[in-house]
Amino acid sequence: MTWSIHTFASPTRFMAFSSIVLPYVWAAAIAFIAVGMYLALFVSPADYQQGESVRMMYIHVPTAWLSQFGFGLMAFASAIALVFRHPLADVAAKSAAPIGAAFTFLALVTGALWGKPMWGTYWVWDARLTSVLVLFFLYLGYMAIWATIEDPNRAARVAAVLALVGAVNLPIIRFSVDWWNTLHQPASVFRLDGPTIHPSLLWPLLIGAIGFTLFFIAVHLVRMRAEILRRRVRTLQMQRAAT
Amino acid sequence: MLRQVAGLLDVEDGAIALSGDSEDDASISTQALYAGHLDAVKAPLTVRENVDFWADFYGSSKGHVQRALDGFGLGRLSTLPADVLSAGQKKRLGLARLLIADRPLWLLDEPTVSLDTASIKVLGVLMAAHLARGGLILAATHVDLGIEGARQLEFGGRGA
Amino acid sequence: MMAFLALITREVRLAVRVGGGGGMAVFFFLITISIVPLGIGPDLNLLSRIAPGMLWVALLLSALLTLDRLFQGDQEDGTLDHLLMGTMPLELIVLAKGIAHWLTTGVPLIVAAPVLGLLLNLPIEGMGPMMFAMSVGSPALSLLGAVGAALAVGVKRGGLLISLLVLPFYVPVLIFGVSATRAALIAVPGDMEGRSLMLLGAVTLTSFVVGPVAGAAALRANVN
Repeated sequence: MTWSIHTFASPTRFMAFSSIVLPYVWAAAIAFIAVGMYLALFVSPADYQQGESVRMMYIHVPTAWLSQFGFGLMAFASAIALVFRHPLADVAAKSAAPIGAAFTFLALVTGALWGKPMWGTYWVWDARLTSVLVLFFLYLGYMAIWATIEDPNRAARVAAVLALVGAVNLPIIRFSVDWWNTLHQPASVFRLDGPTIHPSLLWPLLIGAIGFTLFFIAVHLVRMRAEILRRRVRTLQMQRAAT
Repeated sequence: MLRQVAGLLDVEDGAIALSGDSEDDASISTQALYAGHLDAVKAPLTVRENVDFWADFYGSSKGHVQRALDGFGLGRLSTLPADVLSAGQKKRLGLARLLIADRPLWLLDEPTVSLDTASIKVLGVLMAAHLARGGLILAATHVDLGIEGARQLEFGGRGA
Repeated sequence: MMAFLALITREVRLAVRVGGGGGMAVFFFLITISIVPLGIGPDLNLLSRIAPGMLWVALLLSALLTLDRLFQGDQEDGTLDHLLMGTMPLELIVLAKGIAHWLTTGVPLIVAAPVLGLLLNLPIEGMGPMMFAMSVGSPALSLLGAVGAALAVGVKRGGLLISLLVLPFYVPVLIFGVSATRAALIAVPGDMEGRSLMLLGAVTLTSFVVGPVAGAAALRANVN
């Protein structure tokens, strides 16, 4: 049997594969998050400047990473969908978007909650937060396409184009926001990844980040399964109407 | 012309009245049911939700809903979203409105378009039943619906 | 009464099931507010001074977005014909649609407003009064907007036309709404907040009459 990309294309195979794999992904995600959060909240030291509120970093940083990861995943899946017409690719892209958007939203909210003790205000228009906000808009726009275009095949293609345009434009937008930020804020703002992070902070961060990533993957698989089932229901409804 | 009778289009010259109407009877619009080319079917709603709305709108009972669904053979499809329906089924759903409310005058504009022969027969039977109850039907059609005693009005040179 | 409630329920159901309803309006609200600092700079003091006005302006623009589908869909699929032939007066139909629009567009915008206020550094104590003023004024946006939607039904590029027609009528809502919101934040002599809210309420109550009556007249003018 010649191996081709279409060997893995069957939704049925995906459903079988994902139902086997999912419990392990969930277990690993919970394990890593539990360990990471325990280390983050109880074991790692408080910051001498910020006190306990530095612990927000252990949630904020992974959510920010995952917001980028989600968009990359979406763009990659969209490219596969457009170029190779892999049938599961648009399902993957569509399913990833709300998760990525949620993590982006969490990044913004945790950033705001962290910002209040740090800068004295819930929101500050610095380069990083502004870029994440723009990323949030791109996610919402992508989701809006799926919500408003009725024909799923057309929606898939249009959304894929948007995801790729977004991926290309994101660095440009990021650059312009950085530029704007230097124009308006000569004073330096606290930089998260300035000097190297002490290992006692790094390990909880990485373990938590791995845990959150596994969580993302688990939810992504669940959403993909749900989307496949939703399409099956639709097909059944159409068959019912036709008989 | 059907739209003028329905009150949807202004009459430039002359007037339309139902014989037997007295001064204080409701306008023709509220005594008529109109079924035109457009089905007025809302795709995101289920078949039953579509029919339920018109029942509430016309102030009819729930019994009318079942009667309308069964009358046009839509009972089996009632939980499906309206956008999976074929053109003929959507037409039947649109025509089902005729059975939702008890109004004396039916105004039908090409009601057989998209319908299969079985459904056309069903429509003919329902129309005959309406006439037998004392109703009035004004229909524009190219198809002989097999209604006994139907009077024909031909518009010369207009291809109506 | 049943017919009136059934119409509202159906409109809300349709708006929720079909994408592109209130969610899009909130998204637009969010983006409009977000590009303001990108345009004028992130000076938080400046932003907090213009926040009440900006939030209200963005609220108005966002409310306009979903108006062009108010009657257009019904005209396209023939529902409008049947609505006209019912026993429910056309004025009540317009009122029902206006209320449904407020429920599916206005209310989400009001809920989103405090969060967006955070982006513009609106003081926390201003958020409650702002939401209250928006609750009083936003029904007018939906009802007066319905007039514009009825005037433009069947017109290509109707959305743009509706904006142009309706924005002048929104001016009183904007003026009294911003006045009420700012008065809650800055000490102004006289009971400015109360007076502004009363005037805003008067505008809304008037729109409950003007909206349905004018909207029905506009629909009749367009249909026949």
